[in-house]
Amino acid sequence: MTTVAAINGTGAAEGGDLYALSHLDALESEAVHIFREVAGEFERPVILFSGGKDSIVMLHLALKAFAPARVPFSLLHVDTGHNFPEVIDYRDRTVAEHGLRLHVASVQEFIDDGRLRERPDGTRNPLQTVPLLDAIEKNRFDAVFGGGRRDEEKARAKERVFSLRDEFGGWDPRRQRPELWQLYNGRHSPGEHVRVFPLSNWTELDVWQYIAREKIELPQIYYAHEREVFRRSGMWLAPGEWGGPKDGETVERRLVRYRTVGDMSCTGAVDSDAVTIEQVIDEIAASRLTERGATRADDKLSEAAMEDRKREGYF
Amino acid sequence: MTSNISDEVQAAAVAVERSAATSQLRFATAGSVDDGKSTLVGRLLHDSKSVLVDQLEAVEHASRSRGQEAPDLALLTDGLRAEREQGITIDVAYRYFATPRRRFILADTPGHVQYTRNMVTGASTAELAVVLVDARNGVVEQTRRHAAVAALLRVPHVVLAVNKMDLVDYAEPVFAAIAEEFTTYAASLGVPEITAIPISALAGDNVVTASANMDWYGGPTVLEHLETVPVGTDPSQDPARFPVQYVIRPQSAEHPDYRGYAGQIASGVLRVGDPVTVLPSGLTSTVTGIDALGAPVDLAWAPQSVTVTLADDLDISRGDLIAPSAHAPSVTQDVEATVCHLHDRPLRVGDRVLLKHTTRTVKAIVKDIPSRLTLDDLSQHPSPGELAANDIGRVTLRTSEPLALDAYDASRRTGSFLLIDPADGTTLTAGMAGDSFAARAATGAEPAADDEGWDF
Repeated sequence: MTTVAAINGTGAAEGGDLYALSHLDALESEAVHIFREVAGEFERPVILFSGGKDSIVMLHLALKAFAPARVPFSLLHVDTGHNFPEVIDYRDRTVAEHGLRLHVASVQEFIDDGRLRERPDGTRNPLQTVPLLDAIEKNRFDAVFGGGRRDEEKARAKERVFSLRDEFGGWDPRRQRPELWQLYNGRHSPGEHVRVFPLSNWTELDVWQYIAREKIELPQIYYAHEREVFRRSGMWLAPGEWGGPKDGETVERRLVRYRTVGDMSCTGAVDSDAVTIEQVIDEIAASRLTERGATRADDKLSEAAMEDRKREGYF
Repeated sequence: MTSNISDEVQAAAVAVERSAATSQLRFATAGSVDDGKSTLVGRLLHDSKSVLVDQLEAVEHASRSRGQEAPDLALLTDGLRAEREQGITIDVAYRYFATPRRRFILADTPGHVQYTRNMVTGASTAELAVVLVDARNGVVEQTRRHAAVAALLRVPHVVLAVNKMDLVDYAEPVFAAIAEEFTTYAASLGVPEITAIPISALAGDNVVTASANMDWYGGPTVLEHLETVPVGTDPSQDPARFPVQYVIRPQSAEHPDYRGYAGQIASGVLRVGDPVTVLPSGLTSTVTGIDALGAPVDLAWAPQSVTVTLADDLDISRGDLIAPSAHAPSVTQDVEATVCHLHDRPLRVGDRVLLKHTTRTVKAIVKDIPSRLTLDDLSQHPSPGELAANDIGRVTLRTSEPLALDAYDASRRTGSFLLIDPADGTTLTAGMAGDSFAARAATGAEPAADDEGWDF
């Protein structure tokens, strides 16, 4: 934070530059404003928390927005059953540290009782939508914070900060409310809810720079480490009960890290020797691949994979 | 991609990364169907090395599967299934790119489908608008609409990009005539700063790299201008406005009596020790503390999100406005405004709506719609009775409770509001309080070209 004592009292005379905000400060102020709007206008908001870097940054911003009071939201994790153990560990430590309430919606439970069927490719990421919508309905959540960013994907580039979802959780890009100035309209009818994206205007690099600036701890899998992986569809996947490796796929030990953290079945690792956040930032700044292009299998299913999933209620 | 380019990319990207404290420019593009807006945006992203390999591969793949020979850069920006199917842009999309000097947030607004509300949406947060003109056609109706919307929304900087210069033999007189006509028109609307740049988005002239074909042009390229145009405002020039968003009361052992007012400073500078008035109640107190997201500070300014404490224990809640006692806005229940109607359901005299202004939402009745503005020639159509989607008009409203409303030309943040349908929550209308060129034209007053009242 750029402050103050030195310019106190002389600022008015010296003009605009003194009052410049860095882009990180501007993004932070905007995100905090969004959190507070939701706290002011909704009854039962929840933060989707996966233990991934975007949701970790979201929680950090929420903690700052309401300090010294507690965050007036609970957390919701949609657990695919194929999560990285380091991430679950991080999730539970974080919840305990801040005295938060965590709801878990379990894909495995839905598979076990027959409400969902495992896909032939073993990917559980698309299966998250049903337990998510179920948890929203059961807990009557009216605002659901997601860490989605518009730079991630071209369908997300069209997403509003406040995104009204119908009673089926569906997103209709042609019926979105126009969003002007900083005036967010959170009105909704019973059964509908609003998805809220406070990181809409952040890029992957912004998120990493903010993590560095704020010294936010992340699960270790974001930094280079040796782990067993195998090659499938051009990506390094972690072996596990979820369905890999298959015949003809061989496991090897490589120095890797993760750029995104989702389900083990669809999140690929990248070769990397970046063990510090500065090295991670250098690596991302120089990367010729987008984060999703490099590491997400589920976006490669079709040209409009993300849009189609969002229409069904996915983030 | 050659390795040569990736080296440059790496150098540029690492430079960006080193400067986490760079400034940020929000800008919007406006252009009609065939004047090359998508190509310009694609060119800006591509030539500034902001398109990554997998995105380019996806575009090449999609272009090939459509039978196109060259990659269609418009596919970079048309993200929805329906947009790609129809080859048009339906909705505003936001793009992000960076150079070593600055970060950019681009509101990419569609040119022809429901153009006015989309451009109004994009322009509402923009500090700069790029208006595209086809050099062969010059200033057309659509150009005048774009200029009028930029002026109405008080976008501080306007760039006129005269595109397709390659199709007029890069001739200076063609450019000069268009620039002259546009500048005169836009200045008459009160647009404070206009920069005209001759370009060819297709050939890449003057978009990112200076053109070898127009050595008569000595100005910046589009990207250079975007990188160097002054951003932000000088908050010390404006009175402070602090809409209370949320009251923070920990009620914990550590903070038993803490009562902080959380919000984003909408304009101006707030200082510890400032005597303040709370509106609409009119109660007064003094700022005793400002917490800038974790650090106590002596002063804070727009658009910082902060928490403020006051000397007196007043009844203050979400929707109240804290302002310096010496420069408090007046409160009113009678709102006069220029509005852009956004929804297919028309806005009619007598409609009961909700009005959302800063953090305050009140009931309101549409008392009158005195005029509708024709953007093409800025003529007024008196008493239209209703406003249809994309119409811009004057509206008078009566609210159920007083509002601390500034004029939009004094503050985009505290002079703007939404009208919302109370039945289903639909956003109906975007409003800008106070006078505008629309009103001046109606009363026959001359629009002031050198209007000193412009203050962002």
